[in-house]
Amino acid sequence: MTKTPTVGVVIFPGSNGDHDALNSLAEDLGYTVRAIDYREPEVGEVDAIVLPGGFSYGDALRCGAIARFSPVMASVKAFADAGGPVLGICNGFQVLCEAHLLPGALLRNSSLRFHSFEVFFKVEQTDTPWTRGIEAGTVLRLPVAHGDGSYFIDPEGLAKLEANGQIVARYSDAIGNVTDEVNRNGSVNNIAAVTNETRNVVGLMPHPERATNALVGGDDGLQILRSLVAEPTLIAAAS
Amino acid sequence: MSAVLTRWIVEAEVMPKQGVNDPQGDAIMSGLKALGFAETNRVRCGKLIRVELDAENEAQALERATEMCQKLLANPVIEEFTLEIQAAEA
Repeated sequence: MTKTPTVGVVIFPGSNGDHDALNSLAEDLGYTVRAIDYREPEVGEVDAIVLPGGFSYGDALRCGAIARFSPVMASVKAFADAGGPVLGICNGFQVLCEAHLLPGALLRNSSLRFHSFEVFFKVEQTDTPWTRGIEAGTVLRLPVAHGDGSYFIDPEGLAKLEANGQIVARYSDAIGNVTDEVNRNGSVNNIAAVTNETRNVVGLMPHPERATNALVGGDDGLQILRSLVAEPTLIAAAS
Repeated sequence: MSAVLTRWIVEAEVMPKQGVNDPQGDAIMSGLKALGFAETNRVRCGKLIRVELDAENEAQALERATEMCQKLLANPVIEEFTLEIQAAEA
């Protein structure tokens, strides 16, 4: 992508990371942004789509279950099916799972507590539009803010994700050790981010858009969001 | 040509599937044990969704309710459902 990308951010009723995403993408990344209302029939002329964090429809029934049926989602699905880059952050991740654009589901945190703190996670897959500017094995530090962030998929599905390299990132410690202690929401295999089989759709529980400026305590989110315009990394995945 | 519709009450019991973590169920079990219910072995926590709907007959009502569960009320990745049906009182 050589030109400045236009990134659409979908706003559902109950989204709360929408303005963080719009500001971050516009101010800190220099992208052109477009706010997309959930009632719009088309996502319009965009190069990428972000589904933001929040509590769409008050998390009624299940997180993301109702947002999935928003009028705009048919167009989001068509965009994804055509290979367009889509990033679901937190609630956006939950919406993408409910919409079957990503495998698995997000369950209540095993702690039963709402998690609002910073986490470390290790990026393993660098051939997605949202990680291709990152060296494999890089540990990033980002805030999380979720009650339902425990990634679940059945054992067969998990084996498939592992075999296909669809696990984009795992919770780790600051130096990249993937341990039970740092897997605070109880996700299977420490999963923090996954991608679909065609690797253009990524779901991520931590919030890159809330850490794109050192003034707010960190800027590791830049590495995720900047990947959209990055050249693919030439470094092979860490073994 | 319009068929006579009757009203049905369908209760969908939606439960976490085998093998799916259920921290709410675990927390409830700890609570029961703390209250002295030492005999408690296992608790699973799901939800009950009651839907009133109009249909030509019971079979059709169940068929529609099954579709509702498959499309929205339950997430097949993590949940399974069972349905109970009864005619609504006139």
